[in-house]
Amino acid sequence: MSKSAKNLSIASHENQDMDGIQKLSVTLGLLGLFIMTLSLFNVSFPNKGFWLAGSIIAILTGIVVYTNRTYLNQPAGIKNNGVWHKDFTNRGNWAWMVGIILTSFYVVLYWYPQYLGLNQEGKENTGIVGFFDPLSYILNGKAASQWFVYGTLYTIAIVGLGYKFILKYRTNKYQLVRTLSVMFFQLGFAFLIPEILEKLNPEKAFFAKDLKNMWPLNYYFFNEWHLKNMFDGGNLGMFMLFFGIAMIFIISPILTYFYGKRWYCSWVCGCGGLAETAGDSYRHLSNKTETVWKIERWMIHSVLVFSFVMTIAVIFTFLSSNPELTFSTKDQFIWGIVIFLIVFTGALYIFKRKELDTDAVYTMLSLVTIIIIALLINYFSGNQNILFIDGNYLREWYGFAIGAAFSGVIGVGFYPILGNRVWCRFGCPMAAILGLQQRLLSKFRITTNGGQCISCGNCSTYCEMGIDVRSYAEKGENIVRSSCVGCGICAAVCPRGVLKLENGSQEGRINSNEILLGNDVNLMDLLNKK
Amino acid sequence: MEHLVIIGNGIAGVTLARHIRKKSTSKITIVSSENEYFFSRTALMYVFMGHMKFNHIQSYENGFWKKNNINLVHGLVTAVVPESKEIIIQNNEKIAFEKLVIATGSKSNKFGWPGQDLKGVTGLYHKQDLEALENWAPTTKRAVIVGGGLIGIELAEMLRSRNIPVTFLVREKSFWSGILPLGESQMINRHILEHHIDLRLETNLVEILSDDQGHARAVVTDKGETIDCEIVGLSVGVSPNIDFLKDSGIELGKGVKVNRFFETNIKDIYAIGDCAEQHEAIDLRPSIEAVWYTGRMMGEVLAQTLTGTRTAYKPGHWFNSAKFLDIEYQTYGWVWADAKEYEEQFYWEHQAGKKAIRISFDKKDRTFLGINTFGIRMRHEFFDKVLTSKETVDYVIAHLAKANFDPELFTSHTSEIQKQFSIQFVGVKTT
Repeated sequence: MSKSAKNLSIASHENQDMDGIQKLSVTLGLLGLFIMTLSLFNVSFPNKGFWLAGSIIAILTGIVVYTNRTYLNQPAGIKNNGVWHKDFTNRGNWAWMVGIILTSFYVVLYWYPQYLGLNQEGKENTGIVGFFDPLSYILNGKAASQWFVYGTLYTIAIVGLGYKFILKYRTNKYQLVRTLSVMFFQLGFAFLIPEILEKLNPEKAFFAKDLKNMWPLNYYFFNEWHLKNMFDGGNLGMFMLFFGIAMIFIISPILTYFYGKRWYCSWVCGCGGLAETAGDSYRHLSNKTETVWKIERWMIHSVLVFSFVMTIAVIFTFLSSNPELTFSTKDQFIWGIVIFLIVFTGALYIFKRKELDTDAVYTMLSLVTIIIIALLINYFSGNQNILFIDGNYLREWYGFAIGAAFSGVIGVGFYPILGNRVWCRFGCPMAAILGLQQRLLSKFRITTNGGQCISCGNCSTYCEMGIDVRSYAEKGENIVRSSCVGCGICAAVCPRGVLKLENGSQEGRINSNEILLGNDVNLMDLLNKK
Repeated sequence: MEHLVIIGNGIAGVTLARHIRKKSTSKITIVSSENEYFFSRTALMYVFMGHMKFNHIQSYENGFWKKNNINLVHGLVTAVVPESKEIIIQNNEKIAFEKLVIATGSKSNKFGWPGQDLKGVTGLYHKQDLEALENWAPTTKRAVIVGGGLIGIELAEMLRSRNIPVTFLVREKSFWSGILPLGESQMINRHILEHHIDLRLETNLVEILSDDQGHARAVVTDKGETIDCEIVGLSVGVSPNIDFLKDSGIELGKGVKVNRFFETNIKDIYAIGDCAEQHEAIDLRPSIEAVWYTGRMMGEVLAQTLTGTRTAYKPGHWFNSAKFLDIEYQTYGWVWADAKEYEEQFYWEHQAGKKAIRISFDKKDRTFLGINTFGIRMRHEFFDKVLTSKETVDYVIAHLAKANFDPELFTSHTSEIQKQFSIQFVGVKTT
């Protein structure tokens, strides 16, 4: 069937062409990108500030005009018409090209920033980094870095394509508010505020100023250099340190308890923000098979263990080498962690044993592994080496493999091929922790509306996290999955009003009973006696 | 080992097989000529529209059937021979059964119109209908759809999604007005027009004209108009798909006649789903229920009987759902298009004309009887309980917020609805 839909005959209505205005707006947006590309090849623009502003305005205007033309031209309602027919959204040539360009961009960004024009020896920037200098001077008072260029483009993508998302889903207020939130946190918390704080504290060494970018997503938070810079960073540094720790231990658990991990993953997080807005056209590409679900659970929990061990190792190193700064010895630290995790895991086992399905078992295994490794670290702590590996190596490898290769190159570069949440689903340690909590200690669930499911599969298809939502909905079961980021698209695309994201009481939250309402009550009792 | 053969792998047959497998290890064979694996028939439209690929509308991964030891046979059953307890497949292969369940579903109705078998003319029920539409769509300049019901409006939406102009012939004075009361029916009329569908009310098909290749080229209406078109969608209802049973000795009416236990007149032969016809209709239900949900329930019920717990079909309160282009529809209990003499109806429509509810209640004692809801999602569980405990309409109106199933942050219309209700049916409030 998909073959015939690729029919290109003149009379064909299979390929809905863009109209004049749509073509014009796409051209305008591409023109903006083209100007930036020219700058990459060191075309020297006479008035950089003017051209930079022009290219950004061209991109945003292009997106807005295209969006208005596409979505305001038809009755409101979510329409995924032709998603699987179009080359661009069905892994066709265009999709591969976009994927390759994005991937190459990330490779250069992380490992060869000099090709973007970054000049590290105090000389003037060239290329696209130099092109962004004027904006960087305005915002943070310094010349641009490759990260400034990246941050700006990232923000443009979220804000611009967030607008597209809002119009596409404009019948759904949850989507509207959620997307405004994501746009706000990216523009304000991730982009403007850190840059301006940087400008106000020009002489301080760098430390993260994005309040919402918490450990372990921000994997370098506890690294020696980062801790030091925070300690040396005056009031702001101390505030960031304490707020960062409060986020991990107080704010995040409370919010996750009440709202599920969505408060972070699809309302606040920058990675999630990009996935939801720029990646929306690719959400259906996530794999829904059981095999991949198994791989997912192994991978994400392995990353969780890796990030924990790495962090314990770097804090350990920090405590060893900076005894004057510390409030605890390394022994206290290790035993503290071990005791905390044992109490935590033990409590889970005692109180939540009944609800331990495969998801939770994976998490328990992860925690126990961390405990054992932490103990081993202490045992072999005669020198700086941890498990005979230098802690710094561990840190560098984490930064390379997880921080750069996974979250950036694969996580975003492969949007058009693997879907928009590859990183969040397979690699994000933050998502793993929040997911554990969501599964076991949260009021959040997706409720199924009695027996109204027609097994159509829209929910599963458009779940970016690869959850087979239908397999629960058609049995009348609620969906309580650690990986669910609460984007609400399953409920939005459901043609029969079957799904609803809710925060409710813990009782009856996970119901594995057949509750096809409308059927004889006695029969339901019978079915549930397994 | 007992061998159960199920003809048809739709929702009824497959639900039956799944529930039997939960309780028993007996041999199960499902025979189907339509598709190798079970798929959601109601979702065929989304495949055409490009929302999903065909494999997405298959609920179970392909390995599911082998894993659960459910034997799938791809073939068209041409006859059932009760005497020798076997079925005959197109290639004359025979399959012996100990127990047989007929779950062959429906076929699209055709009422003897000239040209109804031309190329370019189809219903929308089987996978093959979808494949035909795929073939014809690229060269279609206009499509005409005959029949203003659920499948008709789905066909219209499908074809419009590919920018094919659609003319929609509806026999009644308003869309689906046999089921929907006038208010909501007219709201849907307006929504159909908004989607640039050429809606022709009170218009009937007279004949379909052919080109030299035996493909439809135009339809003639009873208004004397000839409309050029390359696709004619016939959506004038469905009827049981049971022609192959004619000489089997199984008692047939419009469908396969069954009792409350889905037993036919012949021992060890059962029928469920769209093709089953109850000797006597249950409550206010039709004797043939061609609905996804009832097919599923029948599968569950018969599975109990076949695994040793003889269970009668006692469907609870009626419910159904659909989507008319962008407007979702749910119904719980009974709301009649023409109010019965015992019935009072309350209708509220949002000013933007995309949301409405109609509540039916008993004139005398104000017992809640049913609700139609458009563009506002309502909780199945809530209304199931309300109907069981026979609450009054006043109770329902007062608890409307609890019944709401819209996504979070949606605008609530509850107080607006309550206000209108109290003005119409409670009288002026003395403050």
